[in-house]
Formats: sequence, structure tokens, C-alpha cells
Amino acid sequence: MSTILKPETAGGVLETIAWAAGEEKPLEVRGRGTKAGIGRPVQAEYTLDLSALTGVTLYEPDELVLSARAGTPLAEIEALLLENNQQLDFEPMDYGLIHGTETGGGTIGGVLAANLSGPRRLKAGAARDHILGVAAVSGRGEMFKSGGRVVKNVTGYDLSKGLAGSWGTLAAITDVTFKVLPRAETAATVLVTGLDDRKAVDVMCAAMGSSCEISAAAHLPADAAGRLPELASASGSVTALRLEGFGPSVAYRKEALKAVIAGAGSFEELDVGASESLWRAIRDAAPLAEGAAPLWRVSVAPTAGPDVMAALSSLSIRHFYDWSGGLIWLAVRDDAGDGTEDAGAELIRAAVAASGGGHATLVRGSAALRAAIPPFQPQEPALAALSKRLKDNFDPNGILNPGRMVAGG
Amino acid sequence: MSGLAMPEPNAAVLGRRAEIATALRGIVPGEGVIDHPDGMRPFESDGLTAYRQMPLVVVLPETTEQVSRVLRYCHDNDIRVVPRGSGTSLSGGALPLEDGVLLGLSKFNRVLEVDYENRVAVVQPGVTNLNVTNTVQGNGFYYAPDPSSQIACSIGGNVAENAGGVHCLKYGLTANNVLGVEMVLITGEIIRLGGKHLDSEGYDLLGLMTGSEGLLGVVTEVTVRILQSPETARAVLVGFPTSEDAGQCVADIIGAGIIPGGMEMMDRPAIHAAEDYVHAGYPRDVEALLIVELDGPQGEVDDLLARVEKIAGDNNASTIRVSQDETERQLFWAGRKAAFPAVGRISPDYYCMDGTIPRKQLPRVLARTRELSEKYDLRVANVFHAGDGNLHPLILYDANIPGELERAEAFGADILKLCVEVGGVLTGEHGVGVEKRDLMPEMFNEDDLKQQQRVKCAFDEKHLLNPGKMFPVLHRCAELGRMHVHKGQLPFPDIPRF
Repeated sequence: MSTILKPETAGGVLETIAWAAGEEKPLEVRGRGTKAGIGRPVQAEYTLDLSALTGVTLYEPDELVLSARAGTPLAEIEALLLENNQQLDFEPMDYGLIHGTETGGGTIGGVLAANLSGPRRLKAGAARDHILGVAAVSGRGEMFKSGGRVVKNVTGYDLSKGLAGSWGTLAAITDVTFKVLPRAETAATVLVTGLDDRKAVDVMCAAMGSSCEISAAAHLPADAAGRLPELASASGSVTALRLEGFGPSVAYRKEALKAVIAGAGSFEELDVGASESLWRAIRDAAPLAEGAAPLWRVSVAPTAGPDVMAALSSLSIRHFYDWSGGLIWLAVRDDAGDGTEDAGAELIRAAVAASGGGHATLVRGSAALRAAIPPFQPQEPALAALSKRLKDNFDPNGILNPGRMVAGG
Repeated sequence: MSGLAMPEPNAAVLGRRAEIATALRGIVPGEGVIDHPDGMRPFESDGLTAYRQMPLVVVLPETTEQVSRVLRYCHDNDIRVVPRGSGTSLSGGALPLEDGVLLGLSKFNRVLEVDYENRVAVVQPGVTNLNVTNTVQGNGFYYAPDPSSQIACSIGGNVAENAGGVHCLKYGLTANNVLGVEMVLITGEIIRLGGKHLDSEGYDLLGLMTGSEGLLGVVTEVTVRILQSPETARAVLVGFPTSEDAGQCVADIIGAGIIPGGMEMMDRPAIHAAEDYVHAGYPRDVEALLIVELDGPQGEVDDLLARVEKIAGDNNASTIRVSQDETERQLFWAGRKAAFPAVGRISPDYYCMDGTIPRKQLPRVLARTRELSEKYDLRVANVFHAGDGNLHPLILYDANIPGELERAEAFGADILKLCVEVGGVLTGEHGVGVEKRDLMPEMFNEDDLKQQQRVKCAFDEKHLLNPGKMFPVLHRCAELGRMHVHKGQLPFPDIPRF
């Protein structure tokens, strides 16, 4: 059992890491551990728990900016923003559902460390696109800051983005500042039923390429759609397109959208409440949440989504698409006995490479599986070497989450 | 800054100039290597014209392979390299070094692919910003970042500087609109970051590259996001008796949940200069002028226009005009877009600053700037990206009057220190370059700057790419890598342990 060190201040984090760096004691760095099941298993004598660093330190709605200590629960921040009709526009997903752990439990630091996003990713970007500033402690045991509290800022390297998606391997984040944005006044979702994958992606790309300003586009094959209560009335596959904004604008664009996709089939509509609930389910991969089957998150160019799936026809899998086809959630049956001891890793990554490139991340799998295959997309040698040099420059003794992203890294 | 200190030239490299030119000709044949002073003259400066330096030699490669071989050669021979796009940097980012090869990307000027279904364009770095939009607009698309130099500045340069523009409040900066790059490291290694897909795994090297001012690598291909053109756009011109009223109006617009496509402010001197030059119909009897542009579907724009007019009226607006057609909308913008040359007409020289501040600090910063203007006895006109707090004070001076340039620079430095003091930053979109290099300690402490330089060390351990820019003090990577540790007991009795 790892000894948990739980500092309550950034100064305490600094002391802890400075000590660990000197003693060369590896630390498992975590917030509230809701994403501990992602990445290679970390075995460390000590755990650096950042969840006691809590509290919103600055929130100025007029200035569209919020700062918080890294361990502040995301749920607390979202509730505060909601009171002011604002939100984190990148719609950070909650991994709790697919891991069968607490939902709403993640921290704002974890949002950045995992570079979270959601269905609005295709319009609004991910955490990396909204982070304005950070303070953190490197594996050298030195505190540093980067960025600021303003949107327009090119003063020095953007280390805030550098920490996005670094999974605690470069530095322990102590403070973050995010851009926040107004919540849409209303939303509506248009559903098209009965499309196959290819046709659905064509329809979604056409909608995205129109001036209707679609804020989310997902396609659920019949099996996935059938698992969502919001879609209970639909039979067969469902393709969902979301519109958000001011009331008159949403009404206007909804009609324009129907004209754009007129040939696609019959429409249904979801009101605000059902729309919100549906996109939350899609965001958190609810259609594939049940069970413990290895789960992949695959990112490719939108039109390549169906190509990847076509190349995987020999696997026993379930799937659905978000991001207009560019994000595939893919669950591999682990008891199929069809040669998928690697949870399909080799086949899936080959299909991604053959479809123009992207990445496949194993976001759910047993510890043994995550140790046996690289959960994160392996990189070309020159790129891997550069990443390693970056790691070494932040954490020369390799004490922060050693091996979580790559073996030996 | 006038007595700018650049890295000591390497005498051995200076002595090998002819040999180096010959070696580069072996890599880039034909006219791609320039070593005659007349030919190199156009490269001796960029948009920050106060500084000039002839490079050692200019090389203009045409292929990624050539870039790779040039960089590998320079790396192996310890020769410094200054990358250059169109040379429009306002911070001296492309200022040559006496002992440095100037690597120009101007021949990388092709649009390689437009993929409308996936809404991306793949372009070479020498393609101009505006050319991306021109290429795709026939199909109803555009490229959102629009720095005011967009007719000339290159996409590669935009990546290096993380360029912004008037649209970035709603549509983001370059960093938010670039999906991938092919780049060459100083070792000659060619790597790809990202692509047509949205998320990239691993460290966000693309995020680090964007805005790295040519210090980390040379970009040879860029994949950008293109957006569907808005159905319509209309602008509102609003005059206010005070900058406080204008500032409150901006806050109320955003408070109402409206994110305009563009929201620009000018102060009285800037309004007068622009109006005298362009005759856009700006009111002369106001202290602040706001241009608010709303873009999107017709139904939305009409609705929001009414809301903005109401908010403006509630904030003591003295004039409110809504553009009635596209010509009038363009006219509203013509004054703002011509603000820099307009100021150039009323003064022999001007010095453009680029701080960003929390918006609510605007009245305080403007008041203090007026005081500084009196102190330094130099006029100043202000244009302001009001939505995102990016302030461009234009300091008017005459370089032919001894001491005025130095006074203008001291004035500018004081303004930037003020920006930092009120919670802002030194540069919003023009970059640090050589211009603000020595002000970096105003914003960052020693540890902050060292950690930034360690990123540099991961990419370019020998400090060969664009040295002398961004960092006031260059530390050797070996020194930066050293650990200073104190071994001992767990030093925190106050930390709960479980």
C-alpha cells in the first residue's frame, strides 16, 4: 500500500516533491483518483494526493475568467458557473461512468492533466484551448507559473498547454486559470434515424459544413441507441445534431438545418431537457459504460471513422461516433476468443494508420492489460525521443507518475 | 532596448562564411542561397524596423528535405539559424544574427490540399494568412485568425507567433485553429504533430510550438481548421462620452451572454487620426468609439443587434449607428483597420505596443497612460481589442530628433509594466522577440524562465535556433539540467499522511 501524502498548500506540494526528488522516491500524482484506471499502472511507494488543494480563488464572470486550486472538484466549479449562466465551453467528460466509480468526482486539475473535452470539442476545442494559466511544481522540485488570466497572451512558451494531457508526468499542477463562456440560452437536437455509419457521417459532415453552427454531431448504431432512454422512441440507428444559442437563433437554424439534410430521412426533435440529458450520456460514453470490456477512444479525421470500423469487421465490438465521425468509442468483447488478447490494439491502430492517422487510447482495461499493451498511442521514434527529452527536462529523476504514459518514461 | 545586446557572434563561424555558403549551395541549388550584401539587404530587418542586422548568409529552401539538410548541417557545425516567414514581426522575431544563417520559408507557398468534408486545409508555411481564406471562400469557408498584417504575413509565422486578430474573441487564436504541423528539429529530424483529427495523444508539443517564436523548430507544413462563413455580418458603431462608459458597455454585452465576432475600441486621438485618413463617418466629439460586429445566421444577428443597441443606450452612448449594408460595414472597419497607417500620417514614426489587461482595468490604464504621455512629452493613441483586453497604444515620436526613440521605448516599457501590474501580460499577439525580451522578468521569476528554457533544451540543446529572442539571459542546458537537491527526512510534519 502506498503512503499517501496530502499537502494542503502549493508550498506543501513543493516541499513534498523537493524531498521526493532528492530521495529519488517515485510519486503517484493524483487528484481524486477518478481517472486512475487510465494509462499504464503506476507503482510508487508514495502517493501525492492533490485533492486537499481546494477553492475557487478568482471568478469574474464579466471578464470570463475563473481560477481555482487544482484539487477543486469540477462539480463545484460547474455549479458555480451555472449560477452565473456560464460554463466550461469544452464540455469536459466524466470518466466516472465507464469506470464504475463516483461520477462528478473529478478535479479541475485533472481536467487539464487529462485534457478533457466533450461533444462540443469539434466547435469549441478541449481543455487545452481554454486554459489561460497554471502554477505547478516540476519533478525537479521547483515551482513555476505560466500564462496568466487574459485570453490574448503570447508571453513566453505556453507551458499551460504543455501540461494539458500530461497525466501528471511533467509537473504537479497546483493552480489553474480557465476561460469561461456564457451558457447557451437554449438548445435543441435534431435526430435522423436509420442511417448506416457511412451515410450518417456524410450527413454530419454536410451539417457541420453548413452555416447552421452545429455544436455537436454524433451517430449511434442501433445497439448503442437502444441503450439510451432518451432515444427510447427511435428504432434503429440515431444520428443526432445539436444546435445551441439564443432562442430565435436556434429556431432559425433548426429550419435551415432541416433544409441542409432534407434527403437524409425522417426527423425527430428533442427539447432542451432531453437534449441535455442525451449529450451528457454521449459525452460520458454511456452506451458502452456497462461492464468491464476494454474500451477504446479513437480519434481520426471525421470521414475516416467508418473506414476504421470497416477495417475492424473481424473483431467482436460495439461502437458509436461523436465529433461528426472523428471520435469513435469502441468496446471490445474480451471473452470472444477471437485472438483479441491485446484487446484489438494491433488491429485498431493499424486501421487508424491506414485511414490517415490519428490515435487510439485504451481508456478502460484491466491493470494487466494496461501493463501489457501501450494504452496511449505509440509515437514515431523521433517524436518519442523528443517527448522523452521534454519529460527529462521537467522531471530528470523520473519521480512523477513514472511509466504512466510510456514504459520507462 | 536601443542598446540591444545579442549573443556574442561566433568568430569561427564568421571566418567560415564562404565555406558555409558553398556547403549550403550543395543543399539548395540555384538561387536559393544569397550571400551578396545587395541580395541580403531585404532580410536585414522585419516589422520592427528600429533594428537591423545583416545575416551571415540567406538560404531559401524549397523542400522539407532541404530544410532538414540545412538544419542538420548547421547543427553539426554549430551555426546559428534564424527562421523567417514574411518578415512582418513587430517584435523583431526574425531579426538576423551576424553569425547566423537566415532560413527563409517564402518558397513554401503552396496550398497542398483543401478537404471540405473534414473542414481542414493543408498548406505550406509561406502561404499568406489571407490566401488561405481566398482559396476556400468560393466554397463558403474562411480561416478565422485575421491579424491585421494578414495580406502579407505567413501561416508559418502565424504559428510561430500564435497570431490573433479581431476575430479571436469568438473564434480563438492560431493555437485554437491549427490541427497539425510537419516540422524539422535543429538536428534535421522531421516530425509530425497532430493532423486532420482533433485530439492528439502525448504531450501537447503542438501547443508548445505555437507561439514559440522560431526557437523550437522550423514548421514546413500546417493543417488548419477552416470554418463555414457566417451567413451574414453586421456592425454597430457606438460613441461614448467616456472610456468608462465604453468599458461598461463591453462588460454588459458579455454579461448578457453575447460573444461578438469582433469588438474593437479606439480612443479620441485614434478616432481623429482614422477619421481624417479614411472618412469612415466616425463621430469626432466622443472619448471612446466601439465597433461591435455580430456575425452568424440572419435570424441571430437581427436579434442580437437589437440587444446590443439596447445595452449601448443604457450605457450613455451618444451615437449608435448600425451598418445598413455590406459597404457600410466595411467602411466602419476601414477606419479601425487603417488606424496604424492613419497614426503614421500624423507623426514621422510611431511605436506600437501590445499589452493585454483584464478589461475592467482599461480606464485605470488609459488614465495612467495619459500621465505617462505628459511625463515623456510624447503623444499616444490607443486602439484596443476590447473583447479580449489586448491594448495597442501607439506612441508617436520622431526618430530624427535625438533621444525621442529612447524616450518612446522607455514610455512603452512603462506601459507594459503597468499592464503586468494590473494583472495583464507583456504581449497579447506580437510576441516577445527582441523587443520585450528584457522585460520578461517583470512577469516571470527566475524559476519560471528557467523552466521555459528547459523546454527549449528538449528541442534545441545547443541554443542554435533563433538565440537572443524571448529570453533575457541564456542559460546553458547543462547548467539548467543540474539538480539542486537537499536530501533528508520527509520535511513536512504538517502534512497529513495516511
